[in-house]
Amino acid sequence: MSRRLWISTRKGLFRAEHSADGWELRNPPAFLGSPVSAALEDPRDGMLYAALSLGHFGVKLHRSEDLGTTWTELGAPSYAFAADPDGGEEALAKAPALELAWSLEPGGADEPGVLWCGTIPGGLFRSEDRGKTWAANRALWDRPERARWFGGGFDKPGIHSILVDPRDSQHVTVGVSCGGVWTSHDAGASWEIRTAGMYADYMPPEQREDPAIQDPHRLVACAADPDALWVQHHNGIFRSRDGGRLWRDCPRARPSAFGFAVAVHPEDPNVAWFVPGIKDEYRVPVDARFVVSRTRDGGDSFETLERGLPHRAAYDLVYRHALDVHADGETLGLASTTGNLWVSENGGDQWSALSHHLPPVYAVRFAA
Amino acid sequence: MARVSFTPHLARFLDCPPVEVDGTTVRSALERVFATNPRLRGYVLDEHARLRPHVAVFVDGRPVSDRARLDDAIEARSELYVLQALSGG
Repeated sequence: MSRRLWISTRKGLFRAEHSADGWELRNPPAFLGSPVSAALEDPRDGMLYAALSLGHFGVKLHRSEDLGTTWTELGAPSYAFAADPDGGEEALAKAPALELAWSLEPGGADEPGVLWCGTIPGGLFRSEDRGKTWAANRALWDRPERARWFGGGFDKPGIHSILVDPRDSQHVTVGVSCGGVWTSHDAGASWEIRTAGMYADYMPPEQREDPAIQDPHRLVACAADPDALWVQHHNGIFRSRDGGRLWRDCPRARPSAFGFAVAVHPEDPNVAWFVPGIKDEYRVPVDARFVVSRTRDGGDSFETLERGLPHRAAYDLVYRHALDVHADGETLGLASTTGNLWVSENGGDQWSALSHHLPPVYAVRFAA
Repeated sequence: MARVSFTPHLARFLDCPPVEVDGTTVRSALERVFATNPRLRGYVLDEHARLRPHVAVFVDGRPVSDRARLDDAIEARSELYVLQALSGG
């Protein structure tokens, strides 16, 4: 099985590949100098997508048919639908605009060319033509609960996780910071919120269990058991065995339950990885020792994985999309805002650094 | 005709040499540029046709007064510069 990792950074899209000589980081990156918020190598047709967040000139999506040698600019999701043509100058000044393409996912295997894009300030978009054009999902945007969403890490709320059920492409689940977990069984025509069991101790008591204010930093599903979900939440680690109808927390998480990233084993729903940190006031590794934590029993216990990772004076922060597991269940990619990139080939028991000098990393993603 | 020049920063992404266009306002001048260079529109304006937050437009040495309407009047020989605002990093 070929292994290739796409690394989205503040200064371009890098690629690492595994060959007979082991893992190697390729230079130079695509889009050198431009922030890349997300990348996706579509397992259905081999198309490579990149979402750029140009500091001055807006969000741009690009597609490559040759794994990054040449690129074509696509349409970008648009909030033109949210304009109030009768609202005058004040409404024009307040009209939401696309700020970040935060998540990019393929539709189902039976939906060639379909893509989903989660954005800040909170809109979900779908393309049916390989990203050339995008349609806003009005059903979710128009939910009254959206008025209670708020920004998490950014000024405005955003959709960072999109799960398309491999058994049923109509079943789509999204994670919102800060706005809970939402699921649809009709390809986005209607939505229900699923956060029962989640809580937010950092909110006023009466809002602690309010579904629409929960902050799931990252939401993932086991490929072989799509009802087995994991969330690294602002308040800790939560898991569900029933597609999000009920969540339970994992209070034994060590060395802490705070973090942003989570990855779940593609075959075994009880195995998941996290990158713990001191909770929200600090967001740095506990005792300045950078480690990964792993559970193999569904969150009852956690192991600390540290071989090959920096043991002292390490202040690496791993963003929510910067930990990924390959379809083989053994290869992991991990990268930090300090520009470190590590790979493990044995489920996290041992890590190897591919670079200590990358730009700040936003996301890593294996080609499936 | 007014002359519209673009920051060299934009040349990383697309061709946009200086152009001379007719127009009585910043908006109308820019629209004429976009008519011949449609990709440029999304780099300068957002989806509500407002100036992007980190793009600056100067007319004869003055910043535009209304970044949403872009209705500042221009002269027949005005010089317009479309630049990246340093606030954008």
